Amino acid sequence: MDDLKAKYLTQIAEAGDENALEAVRLAAVGKKGEVALKMRELGKMSAEERQVAGPALNALKDEINSALAAKKAALGDAALDERLRTEWLDVTLPTRPRRQGSLHPVSQATEELTAIFAEMGFSVAEGPRIDTDWYNFDALNIPGHHPARAEMDTFYMHRAEGDDRPPHVLRTHTSPVQIRSMEKMGAPLRIICPGGVYRADYDQTHTPMFHQVEGLALDENISMANLKWVLEEFVKSFFEVDSVELRFRASHFPFTEPSAEVDIRCSWDNGQLKIGEGDDWMEILGSGMVHPKVIAAGGIDPDKYQGFAFGMGIDRIAMLKYGIPDLRAFFDSDLRWLRHYGFSCLDVPTLHGGLSR
Amino acid sequence: MKFTLSWLKDHLDTDASVAEITETLTDLGLEVEEVVNPADALSAFTLAKVVGAEQHPDADRLRVCRVMTDEGEKQIVCGAPNAREGITVVLCKPGDYVPGLDFTLSVGKIRGVESHGMMASWKELTLGEDHDGIVELPSGEVGDKLVDWLAENDPAKVDPVIEIAITPNRPDALGVHGIARDLAARGLGTLKVTDYTPVEGQFASPIKVTIDDDTLDGCPLFTGRLIRGVTNGPSPKWLQDRLTAIGLRPISALVDITNFFTFDQNRPLHVFDAAKVAGNLRIHRAVGGEELLALDEKTYTFQPGMMMISDDNGCESVAGIMGGEETGCTEDTVDVFLESAFWDHIQIATTGRALKINSDARYRFERGVDPEYTFEGLERATQMILDLCGGEPSEVVSAGDVPDHARTYRLNAERVSSLVGMEIPESEQRQTLTRLGFRLEGNLAHVPSWRPDVQGEADLVEEVARIASLTKLEGKPLPRLTTGVPAPVMTPQQRRLQLARRTCAALGYNEVVSYTFIDKAAAALFGGGTDATMLANPISSEMSHMRPDLLPGLLQAAARNQARGIADLALFEVGPAFTGGEPGEERIQISGLMVNRDGPKDVYGASRVMDAYDAKADAEAVLAAMGAPAKVQVLREGDVWWHPGRHGRICLGPKKTLGVFGELHPKVLNALGLKGSAVAFTLYPEEIPLPRKSGATRPAMVMSDLQAVERDFAFVVDAEVEALTLVNAAAGADKALIEDVRVFDEFIGGSLGEGQKSLAIAVRLQPTTKTLTEKDIEAVSEKIVAKVTKATGGTLRG
Repeated sequence: MDDLKAKYLTQIAEAGDENALEAVRLAAVGKKGEVALKMRELGKMSAEERQVAGPALNALKDEINSALAAKKAALGDAALDERLRTEWLDVTLPTRPRRQGSLHPVSQATEELTAIFAEMGFSVAEGPRIDTDWYNFDALNIPGHHPARAEMDTFYMHRAEGDDRPPHVLRTHTSPVQIRSMEKMGAPLRIICPGGVYRADYDQTHTPMFHQVEGLALDENISMANLKWVLEEFVKSFFEVDSVELRFRASHFPFTEPSAEVDIRCSWDNGQLKIGEGDDWMEILGSGMVHPKVIAAGGIDPDKYQGFAFGMGIDRIAMLKYGIPDLRAFFDSDLRWLRHYGFSCLDVPTLHGGLSR
Repeated sequence: MKFTLSWLKDHLDTDASVAEITETLTDLGLEVEEVVNPADALSAFTLAKVVGAEQHPDADRLRVCRVMTDEGEKQIVCGAPNAREGITVVLCKPGDYVPGLDFTLSVGKIRGVESHGMMASWKELTLGEDHDGIVELPSGEVGDKLVDWLAENDPAKVDPVIEIAITPNRPDALGVHGIARDLAARGLGTLKVTDYTPVEGQFASPIKVTIDDDTLDGCPLFTGRLIRGVTNGPSPKWLQDRLTAIGLRPISALVDITNFFTFDQNRPLHVFDAAKVAGNLRIHRAVGGEELLALDEKTYTFQPGMMMISDDNGCESVAGIMGGEETGCTEDTVDVFLESAFWDHIQIATTGRALKINSDARYRFERGVDPEYTFEGLERATQMILDLCGGEPSEVVSAGDVPDHARTYRLNAERVSSLVGMEIPESEQRQTLTRLGFRLEGNLAHVPSWRPDVQGEADLVEEVARIASLTKLEGKPLPRLTTGVPAPVMTPQQRRLQLARRTCAALGYNEVVSYTFIDKAAAALFGGGTDATMLANPISSEMSHMRPDLLPGLLQAAARNQARGIADLALFEVGPAFTGGEPGEERIQISGLMVNRDGPKDVYGASRVMDAYDAKADAEAVLAAMGAPAKVQVLREGDVWWHPGRHGRICLGPKKTLGVFGELHPKVLNALGLKGSAVAFTLYPEEIPLPRKSGATRPAMVMSDLQAVERDFAFVVDAEVEALTLVNAAAGADKALIEDVRVFDEFIGGSLGEGQKSLAIAVRLQPTTKTLTEKDIEAVSEKIVAKVTKATGGTLRG
């Protein structure tokens, strides 16, 4: 029996492929194999002999089957290894191209500031880009002869002959939206008005269209100190710095009184702007307490309600935050610029996750 | 508005430094734009004395000087003809920057002789044009600083020039006196107020003045007088220095005096050469068509109603804006008629704008000058003319009266606290207003005549806060409107646009923001370019019309990128397109444009030319992101800029178009200079119905445990039959059982013959009550074939 075992284990070990192994299996443990034949002989044995030979034969059969299974697995592995050896890719090849889209910095910055002001209770108001001169000027305490009108470089719409109404304008600021919102929503009111505005000016730092966000808060006891706090909080959050220092400077806008221009403490180091530190001041926005005439123009009682308004350039704060040098490039649609300064669709600014990454 | 420090000090008694003054001005709302301090560039230079001068051994024109300096005797080679022993000179040492030469000195060797510095000319110091020789000072000791010597002996040369921006509400700050008043109110010095005595007339003015009745509202007051026997030479140096410092060219004493009062007191004046005035002066309205050659040597034509000053010869002045060349003063003027008048700011602004004249007088009158100063200005200017030019004054002639400007507002000391949020004691508030010229009568503040901008109580608050300084303002939290977690603020439409943007970017499009005005030809290609959408004053013909659609801008952007060598691209924009020129005649569009291939050529041959179905897929994805219904119709007959056979309108019913996709018309691409092919989509988000808000809960999910079965069918139909017709017919065969119908193959022509095609669909059957038997499936299949055959006229392909 030991001979039999040694013979077949050797043959199994030497089998070179699956066919050879099958032949060994048939010869050893197949129906007519040597072990089967031995099994048949058990019948002729005495009970005592069978007591010994039976288990021994079964053990032999199990051992050969295990060896066969092990060898089969080994042959399979070897064949797979052999196949895989031939399967080689140049993994340094580039992948199939996939287009990478992007969001424009104006869209991104608008979403960022919306998130911040929403947290302070401001909703987003919108209005038409072509507006009447009443909404753009008169309602904002800028009568027809006011020098501010001439200084605004307004774009006017064509007037058909015989139409004697004053020409409509491309809004020079988003303030008309403030008036329309006051008319529609009354007081108390907290809105921001982001959107495109127009001035007939084109040079290194001016484009005939740009983007502004204005804010308006009206209530019975809102003061300029509240304005300063809101702007401080906004600037801190938008520029993602721990502290900021704002400086209010007296100024004049027809639609606010008192009016202030707001500077932010900053430093310029090798052309790199740092907000919140340093010895320089940079003007970033205009603001003030809404002029009683403007509140009245919006259909709200200026004796009961007061509040603040402010306005700043979205393109400008995006340039400052993201280090974008040239305003004109915002509207040039140069793909290289869009890719460089654009944002991924997954960069959704939130206050809990952070505005930028 | 420009002025010099010494000019300011004529009106303000102060020890404040230039830095203090400029910081304060900015804080007060008189924003400093530039400070030019000539002393800054001269601070290094000292006085020295030439103690010996000898001929240079190797150069005829050079001298080797021994110069006594604060650092001992030095050898300096000098080429100036006046370099000689005994003179006091200005020394520039090695290491000093010489502004007039724009270089930094070093020890040099000139023709073999070492030179340790230079002696400067006025021109090299940028203190004059004189370059004939080096500066010779009449006084001064070796080692004295040049700037100190100049401050003592020729202060105008080191007088700092300050330029401030004037907001339209502050005409009073268009005179140096008004600026000084603001600084004094802040406590930076004391305002100097000088008395004046009216000049007594020696004779009656031969030139009389009248104002027409219909012109009194535009010219409430006109005053003047003749001064005869004047000598109109150059004005004295102090006056010339002042004017030169602020960028004005000195002309003659008479003209310089009028300019002086313009900038000193915000009081424009005019001088007529009386010899050239015929008869009397009449202020009246133009009939229209009158012409005047003005002092700027341009001829202006009056429009009806504009104010003018005429004599017997006709028009002599654009009233309040610019005088006429004919009656202007020259060096030969002997008799001068001096005008001081008050003009209505609106009428001056209107005329100035219509005639496009920018003058210092217009600038001031349209913002508002002090009406009360009309007579005083005349008298003070008369005195200055007498002082500088001599002559004999007539009595004053005048017409009209000082207009009524009196108004009072209540000072409510509490308002400063409630409106600004600063605590300022009432006594300080009253002091501020008093210093600014308000007269307080109890709580009533009488507004000074030079402050036309103060028109209400809020203005008083502004003045008090401004003088107190807004830098002292401390932020106070704006209380929340509600406690707890803030509610969302965006409207469904605003959220949709945000989602649309981010979906487009996710689909590989780059967002652009382009100008909303384009050229007429491009606009016309997209149904625009009408007069209603035209700008009256575009800055260029490329930006003349409001865009009727976003696609022309995207196509032009794509063409620009192609010119930069980028052939394949995908751009999108979200923004308004304009149907007309009235407010509200605009609607938001979302447009995507794909040009040529979806990527560069690659190893796998995977990149391909984008077609209408790519545009359709993206349009559907963006619509889905915005919550548009999935069940839509796709119709044809869209706008003319689409390829007539290769575009579709995604509609809810025949009239509600949610969007359009397809190939663009080749003619449009050609006209806009685009190379290759382009497909696009345009969506109209405002057309998408808003969901009926029913909370965030989803409907219960229905899932069957029974096995679904899929069966394929192929139909031969006319080539014009649309797949959606076939799909809808098949789906309608058994709405309960058929879960999905999907087209998976299209085969055109070949063995089918001309005008025929085969469409293959996979129909998925999802039983809900019992497992389908072969018989059940057979029955549904027959119904599907029957429905499709009926709807399309096609046949089942064997």
